Amino acid sequence: MHLYEVPLLFSLIGLALYVVLGGADFGAGFWQLFAGRGERAARVREHAHHSMAPVWEANHVWLIFVLVVMWTSYPEAFASIASTLSIPLFLAAVGIIFRGAAYALRSGTASGRELRLVDTAFSLASILTPFALGTVVGGIASGRVPVGNAQGDPWTSWLNATSLTVGVLAVALSAYMAAVYLAADAVRTGDEELERSFRARALGSGIAAGAVAAAGLVVLRDDVRELFDGLVSGGGLAALIVSAVGGLATLWLVSARRYEPARYSAGVAVAAVIAGWAIAQAPALLPGELTVEQAAASHDTLVATTVAVLAGAVVLLPSLALLFTLTLRGRLGEEHGAGGEPSAATAALRALVPTRTSMLVRLSIAFGILGFGFLTLADSGWAHAIGVPCLVLFALFGFRAAVPLEEPEEQGISAPAEQER
Amino acid sequence: MFLTDLLPPLAQLTPVEQDHLDQARQMQAMSFAVHIPLVCFGVAFPALVVFVEWLHLRTGDPLYRRLARRWTRVMAALFAVGVITGTILSFELGLLWPQFMASFGDVFGLGFAIEGFSFFLEAIFIGIYVYGWDRLPPKWHFASGFPIIFTGFLGSMMVIAVNAWMNNPGGFRLEDGEAVDVRPWQALFGNDYLWHELVHMYVAAYIVVGFVVAGAYAWGKLRHGRWGRYERTALAIPLTVAAFAAPVQLLVGDWAAREVATHQPVKLATLEGLQRTTEGAPEHILGWYDKETGEIRWGIEIPKLLSLLAFHDPNATVQGLDSVPPDDRPGPVNTVRFAFQTMVGIGTALALLAVVTLWVRWRRRGLPRSRWFYRALVVAGPASVVALICGWVTTEVGRQPWVVYEVMRVDAAVTGAGGVPVGYALLALVYLGVGLGVWWVLRRLAAAPLGGAGDPMEVAAARGPGGADADGETAGGTAGGS
Repeated sequence: MHLYEVPLLFSLIGLALYVVLGGADFGAGFWQLFAGRGERAARVREHAHHSMAPVWEANHVWLIFVLVVMWTSYPEAFASIASTLSIPLFLAAVGIIFRGAAYALRSGTASGRELRLVDTAFSLASILTPFALGTVVGGIASGRVPVGNAQGDPWTSWLNATSLTVGVLAVALSAYMAAVYLAADAVRTGDEELERSFRARALGSGIAAGAVAAAGLVVLRDDVRELFDGLVSGGGLAALIVSAVGGLATLWLVSARRYEPARYSAGVAVAAVIAGWAIAQAPALLPGELTVEQAAASHDTLVATTVAVLAGAVVLLPSLALLFTLTLRGRLGEEHGAGGEPSAATAALRALVPTRTSMLVRLSIAFGILGFGFLTLADSGWAHAIGVPCLVLFALFGFRAAVPLEEPEEQGISAPAEQER
Repeated sequence: MFLTDLLPPLAQLTPVEQDHLDQARQMQAMSFAVHIPLVCFGVAFPALVVFVEWLHLRTGDPLYRRLARRWTRVMAALFAVGVITGTILSFELGLLWPQFMASFGDVFGLGFAIEGFSFFLEAIFIGIYVYGWDRLPPKWHFASGFPIIFTGFLGSMMVIAVNAWMNNPGGFRLEDGEAVDVRPWQALFGNDYLWHELVHMYVAAYIVVGFVVAGAYAWGKLRHGRWGRYERTALAIPLTVAAFAAPVQLLVGDWAAREVATHQPVKLATLEGLQRTTEGAPEHILGWYDKETGEIRWGIEIPKLLSLLAFHDPNATVQGLDSVPPDDRPGPVNTVRFAFQTMVGIGTALALLAVVTLWVRWRRRGLPRSRWFYRALVVAGPASVVALICGWVTTEVGRQPWVVYEVMRVDAAVTGAGGVPVGYALLALVYLGVGLGVWWVLRRLAAAPLGGAGDPMEVAAARGPGGADADGETAGGTAGGS
């Protein structure tokens, strides 16, 4: 493997994770839209929302990761893609705005009507975004992005058979992933009716996604012969087989109600599609225009990006694991109340009347004067490097001396509402 | 070592027809203006929430827990909106300025790569923190707040590193219009320009959050008479933060201006409306820059003050606009100058308000009593946001016509794609809707009860052991309702 391929590999891994994890979030929106009406539908929507709410922001960031690695490591290709495919990318961006805003707004809804409005906006955006991003992938894969600033056709580059198929496939895969995850989540919460309904959705959408994928091969054969040939031979074929096996295994696991392994086999099936695309298209980044090697940024940038990604992964992966462990278990341990903590009145006094206040004030003033001297009066860089921390300490010590301003009220005066439980 | 002085200005890489350059710029500016106040809440607000949670852990006083939980909701809602507006910015870099990305993406992209990771971690720990109340052991929950504070800082540092690079580019050589010999670490972190921009923005975040949150409770006091111990605490903590940050910002801003004077003399001349290179230059307060004569009209002139402030020498020579050809000057001098003066004016007024606060705190050991003080606080919240945006207008419009200072012009960076005005109009509509939605949800969150089945943030209400957190008193004020 060459250095110039490493960031692309990172991007593809990021893309696969985005499709698998973020895709499930989009799919949850899809099922919210097609939940029907009535009380049962409301439960489906609640379930879809609650399963995704704690993780959607983290899952969304995979997209940012892919964008950033691409523009850092393959700037020319990125610029060509962004300018030619500006319309679907803009649509995806609008969809992302509506999704995020819906998450923020949902917490404020009071009536069923408001909730439906927010959920509908969320669902439509959840379909628009994967579809638009899918058409972008189709535009790149079918060689419709020439090198240069908006050199490709603004419409046919993404409104063509391949793009539309990939767009529909993206929506179908999202729905499929989400149904598998939500069925698994329903088991955890012990809701059999929900589990049954998502099991049926998982089976149906799994078959639909498989059909779209198969139809996609036919479309590719006519539209982009080279890519098709790559997919039905060598490594591309292997990936295709892995995907098909993963998909079938998931269907079997879901129908056998073994959802935990189904989560992973579904992920493998989807990731294999992306791997197959990458293998079939290699070594081109923009088919017919630019190879990965030609598109790659300078050596130092590639090294820096690789180092940054690997170092970041060391911190990121355990954190992600923590988040998903907490979410998948649905709880983070026992309910922890305020028991065992010091009684309010005595302890509040301890914090509020620190004997060190006068010391803090003096320290704050001293650092304030030092900061003024080093940052404002002095002119050299090293002095400023001392001055800024001095001012930070001025603010920290001063803040500590000055808050909290309020002394606790005498017992009996405080409103009963302030007693927590 | 920064070589920009030796670099020949880059010729247009590929000339494109873009009739809507101004709209593209306005669209970018609008997106920044929407995003930056949210960044402040991402950077500074978690520190306040975690501090209040610490007060609870330390004292066991349930009031602090209630306050921290209520603020957590606001933090979660604003972070979600910040995520999407930030995503739009990263999309726009490619959609609007593809040539900029194509030519220099490999020089500054590393900053965004690190930013991506810190954003990632921030999103993860926000998820844990927001949904972990009642579910994590208290100390672990408290600990999960620290990564949010740190990654918020790191992420903003990376974005500012890129902006600092655009203002003071280095870490590469130009060869036939191509960036070669790229040294990304040096470009981003070996840049003198990074530090004052970073500190200036970081302090601004604490000022904005402090005054906006305090202003919301001041509004609740004036308008609805909500003034229990809960509200007094909720006002006092952010107010104290702002009271220390605002005076510090005067010193940091002065430092930033001196750096600009050294590295971007044309920007300084634009801020001041200084037409001719002058020895012992005067400072003009208020007034209007007259394009015809190059004079400041109706301004208050203070002799030699500009030279003194910029170079610590009353007779120092300050470069004027005429030191570069007209094409290399920022067009709208008055826009930049007005934004700069507004920022300085508001910043000074906020620092005065801070001094009053601290003085009363010291003399009377409590909050001020005057209604006028609270009226001033209500104004201070929005005013601090105005100052923040004016600051970015100052530095970004003041950089024009360059996207990469003295290396690449904005018109060489813009996309060749059509439909910019359509995208601009659509995005403006969408942002208007999002703005109204955020206003609505913050008001709702302020009124909704905490915990239990009625709590919209209670994910586990349906499944976990009920996190009942009786909150009979729903008078949380219009928390964060800026």
